[in-house]
Amino acid sequence: MSVLLVESLRKSFGGVEAVAEVSFAVEAGEMLALIGPNGAGKTTCFNMVGGQLRPDGGRVHFAGRDITSMPPRAIWRLGVGRTFQITATFGSMTVAENVQMALLSHRGRLWNWWPRATRLYREEAIRLLAQVGMEDQADRACSVLAYGDLKRVELAVALAHDPKLLLMDEPTAGMAPAERIGLMDLTGRIARARGIAVLFTEHDMDVVFAQADRIIVLNRGRLIAEGAPPQVRADRAVQEVYLGSGSTFGGH
Amino acid sequence: MVVNSLVIQLLNGLASASALFLVASGLSIIFGVTRIVNFAHGSFYMLGAYVAFSITRALPVEAFDVLGELGPHVRFWGGIATAALVVGLVGIAIEIAVLRRIYHAPELFQLLATFGIVLIVQDATLAIWGPENLVGPRAPGLRGAVYILDQRFPQYELLLIAIGPAMLGLLWLLFHRTRWGTLVRAATLDREMVAALGVDQRKLFTGVFLLGAALAGLGGALQLPRETLNLQMDLSIIADVFVVTVVGGMGSVVGAYLAALLIAELQALMLLAPPFTIAGIEIAFAKLTLIPSFLVMAAVLIVRPYGLLGRPQAAARVAGAAEPVLRLATPELTRIGLAALAALALLPLAFGDYTVAVATEIAIFVLFTASLHFIMGPGGMASFGHAAYFGLGAYACGLAVKYWAAPMGVGLAFAPVLAGLGGLLFGWFTVRLSGVYLAMLTLAFAQIVWSIVFQSDALTGGDNGIRGVWPDEWARDKAVYYALAVALCIAGTLLLRRIIYAPFGYALRAGRDSPLRAEAIGIDVRRVQWIAFAVSALFAGIAGGLFAYLKGSVFPTYVSIPKSVDALVRVLLGGVQTVSGPIVGAIVFTGLEEQLARATEYWRAVLGVVIILLVLAFPEGLAGFAQRRWERWRGGGE
Ligand SMILES: Nc1ncnc2c1ncn2[C@@H]1O[C@H](COP(=O)(O)OP(=O)(O)OP(=O)(O)O)[C@@H](O)[C@H]1O
Ligand SMILES: [Mg+2]
Repeated sequence: MSVLLVESLRKSFGGVEAVAEVSFAVEAGEMLALIGPNGAGKTTCFNMVGGQLRPDGGRVHFAGRDITSMPPRAIWRLGVGRTFQITATFGSMTVAENVQMALLSHRGRLWNWWPRATRLYREEAIRLLAQVGMEDQADRACSVLAYGDLKRVELAVALAHDPKLLLMDEPTAGMAPAERIGLMDLTGRIARARGIAVLFTEHDMDVVFAQADRIIVLNRGRLIAEGAPPQVRADRAVQEVYLGSGSTFGGH
Repeated sequence: MVVNSLVIQLLNGLASASALFLVASGLSIIFGVTRIVNFAHGSFYMLGAYVAFSITRALPVEAFDVLGELGPHVRFWGGIATAALVVGLVGIAIEIAVLRRIYHAPELFQLLATFGIVLIVQDATLAIWGPENLVGPRAPGLRGAVYILDQRFPQYELLLIAIGPAMLGLLWLLFHRTRWGTLVRAATLDREMVAALGVDQRKLFTGVFLLGAALAGLGGALQLPRETLNLQMDLSIIADVFVVTVVGGMGSVVGAYLAALLIAELQALMLLAPPFTIAGIEIAFAKLTLIPSFLVMAAVLIVRPYGLLGRPQAAARVAGAAEPVLRLATPELTRIGLAALAALALLPLAFGDYTVAVATEIAIFVLFTASLHFIMGPGGMASFGHAAYFGLGAYACGLAVKYWAAPMGVGLAFAPVLAGLGGLLFGWFTVRLSGVYLAMLTLAFAQIVWSIVFQSDALTGGDNGIRGVWPDEWARDKAVYYALAVALCIAGTLLLRRIIYAPFGYALRAGRDSPLRAEAIGIDVRRVQWIAFAVSALFAGIAGGLFAYLKGSVFPTYVSIPKSVDALVRVLLGGVQTVSGPIVGAIVFTGLEEQLARATEYWRAVLGVVIILLVLAFPEGLAGFAQRRWERWRGGGE
């Protein structure tokens, strides 16, 4: 059984069909890259899977369960972690507290009125931060971090409740090229070791071809190709889309 | 017969809708372009009425004799129009003197500054026209009545009915057929865009203020023949106007008209509903006119959170851009703080009864302020009607004494319960909104509580309040009661502080910092905010209960808008983003108010000026300012 199964997902904004009849599946331990030019509908797909947007049609199944149109918090509780294209963190908290917040929620302690939150699950949060190389900055305010570091914090937050599925919308935006490969390599190792299914989008094709087990390509809301990296790289339609939009494809 | 009186009431509703529309459309237009919610709009309305009163009296009758038949008409309507214009000019003066300086301040501070203007206008009106109610002249030629379905109906009301749609038409022409109007519409949609086109924003803003203020002034001036003028006109209309703009959608003139019709008709129809009895107490619908507005508003907001014709607003931050990280105070700082608190608490006992009484009041306001800070700071929800919960607590005690002759303990236990329930009810709606909508909604709720206690004479004693709410024998001594109040208030304040640092407080803050992230890690943001709102109301209720026994009486003024705004000023004065801020703010402000009230009859105006200056000088509050200074000083030293 696939961890994530998406069937004929549709979403329009006004007259614009942002996502049309998109179907795909992600297996446990698999890294699936969702690529496509700007405005292709990638984030819209993510938001429908994560519950931030309600689809106009189609179904989303997670671990065999229909999660279509569930609120994000319910989807998260089932075991879906995510990062956002534009990072979303708590600016008035430290890096560690951002992770602790997810742990508090996971352990059902949000409604505690007495203990000092900043002292709960701190070691666990530091361990998660260490995984993404952020333990040195644990006590800094999230609002002063460099963008790339924020993305790392988001990854630590997303891993906090041991998810079965990770949704990562442009996880390496704002990072230097070497750093990008490093972070996705790390993500890949964690995913394979724990059997986490990862769906990610990425504009850097080096990263995509190095890390993805499989790639699906979206253009103007429609899936135009799907397959292993070499297969997608050789695909005519894909090349046209990328050449047509002026982006470099493959970069070699 | 029923049908006849129904028709008459419907017509009455139409007439009231016109005035409501004039004021609300002015507010809406100003908001659309400048993004300022002008609290002082009710003041413009009141000024319009008073100025029209003076002008129509001052114009000599003989001067208009040359016009023959037309003379009295020209004199009267000329007076009304001039009044509107004068108010428009006052609007310009205020825009240039105050608002122009705060267009970039956080919107809460803008609301607060305009409330400062409300206070100043109130005292200016008092100084110029005196405290007595005034009765204006009637409109020449429209003094009589016509008969509609055998019922008398005043001619002047018919005219008012026509004025609403006529003004709507004129505004439509202005906005769609003139260059200036097109610019205003464009600015409402996208301010930056218009600025980028090279339009002089200052002129545009000033012009919009002229128009908006003049509309409100006209609305007020037109009341001259039908209402006695009094000094409460400003705040009593503003609550209705807020309801109308929230229901109609901020920035939409047509929405304002629809909502004004809806609300005014409902209020008019309520007058027909027969009174009914609950538990031996007669309740007259006719007096509870705000309740249907509340129900309509609630219904509209559930279906369309941005009003009938409004568009979503970007969520607004309570304070500036990035909130500082909240850290636990160091043990040493905690000890210093607690020691200072203890010293402050003991000090008044060395002085006389008067000092002890003032100190009791300050302690109570520390708790009240802390309760508001709880939802404003960590919660990011600026309540403009927190006095509602303070008042519910006070009335809980009053009612317990009046109906059950209950001892103080029962009253003080009942206070947080009633206030908390009020918070649960109103909070459920409140957390569905944000920014100025939220602020206006909370204010409207407070007005509803006010109108209930003010208008249900039988239950609450109405304007006369409830007297004889004294503490039990053992706590009659001022010093003993002081000890009790200080103990409860400090305990309450520290408890709130504890919650802020507990997981629940963190969850609340998470929802404020990034609702998107919070929901994505399993936090039910609305529910957390809702419960926080109720908790805050509960603590406000304790403060209200203590206040009732301190004063020995309970009055509708405890629930009034100025009480709510005072609380807001205390929080902002102390600084929203510091946990100790509310304590500092409450002590400084309550002390200041006490001194002012003793020093001058016009303390409200002085307070208004102080508020405006504070907004201009310390947009981050006193404690926030001190903290920044401290950090800079320390940073420089290292
Ligand atoms: N909330 C919205 N309202 C209206 N249109 C939207 C909204 N969100 C997305 N769109 C439109 O839907 C289309 C798909 O947008 P989406 O953000 O999903 O693209 P994307 O593939 O993530 O692009 P990028 O690579 O730039 O992040 C775009 O045309 C976009 O303008
Ligand atoms: Mg995107």
